[in-house]
Amino acid sequence: MGKITNEELLKKISEKFGGQITVVGEPYGLLTIETGREQIIDILAFLKNDAVLQFIYLTDLTAIHYPGLEKSIGVIYHLHSLVNNVRVRIKVFMPEGDFHIPTATVVWEGANWMERETYDFFGVIFDGHPDLRRILNVDDMTVFPMRKEFPLEDPNRVDKKDYFFGR
Amino acid sequence: MSDIQLVEAPPGVEGAGFFATSLDKVIGLARSNSLWPLPFATSCCGIEFMATMASHYDLSRFGAERLSFSPRQADLLMVMGTISKKMGPVLRQVYLQMAEPRWVMAVGACASSGGIFDTYSVLQGIDEVIPVDVYVPGCPPRPEAIIDGFIGIQKLVQTESLRRRNAPEYQKLLASYGIQ
Repeated sequence: MGKITNEELLKKISEKFGGQITVVGEPYGLLTIETGREQIIDILAFLKNDAVLQFIYLTDLTAIHYPGLEKSIGVIYHLHSLVNNVRVRIKVFMPEGDFHIPTATVVWEGANWMERETYDFFGVIFDGHPDLRRILNVDDMTVFPMRKEFPLEDPNRVDKKDYFFGR
Repeated sequence: MSDIQLVEAPPGVEGAGFFATSLDKVIGLARSNSLWPLPFATSCCGIEFMATMASHYDLSRFGAERLSFSPRQADLLMVMGTISKKMGPVLRQVYLQMAEPRWVMAVGACASSGGIFDTYSVLQGIDEVIPVDVYVPGCPPRPEAIIDGFIGIQKLVQTESLRRRNAPEYQKLLASYGIQ
């Protein structure tokens, strides 16, 4: 168990960012909060620099796509306080057609490649990122493959055509 | 008595103190029994290739024990494993660096057709970027299958005319890949 309980953690965050966060839940004991992109960097910086909390480690930064929802793409931050042995998950959802969010590289240098990967697969634009270009896929790719509107399969595949199977 | 078998002489005219045949056949014989493969192994088919090269299956019986890790000295490009789209230009560069005559073998389902990786990031068969002479099916193929494919390459090499590489259909094939 961590040195700080989720209640204490939530209390500390609420004291500073009271009306700006909503608690999603605590699946498997992992406190999950949702916020907006206006204050996300302030929250991350607070969690990292607070003398007690010390969430010094950005475990992961990724995105998720829920097609059909009004705010369809969300960026998800996983933070870990190595000192207190406690983790927290922060979600920021963005409306269709406006996938902009400020970069977290101002807080953690290590967010650089994670944000490039998130841009590569979901097309989220991280404003202020020093070098926002594709990292894993080929440079001339025109789609963001982890978005649901793009098919997983490669269109050049020939040996799965229906006529080979009498369909 | 040694049980070492020599390669049979090609068909020709034999007499006292002379043997006459065509240059194509002699060169084909020499080339096919001294192919230098370049292993381009990216995944599990490469492990099967290691078994093929090792003592149990021993590809050196076919004159191919000298692997060339420089494409400039290699005759045969053996592509074994999944080739992602990002690696496609690298594979093509390796092929372009090989000197004529050159042959290509696609070992395994991934190199031949993309295999189970029907996805946006994987090349659906290396024949999207370079011409292929022999396809070896299997996931991964057994060493016997790789040897069978290699023998297929040897047959191609033996029967290929010396001028085939200048033939219009060959030029057309390369041009369809945008080479030369």
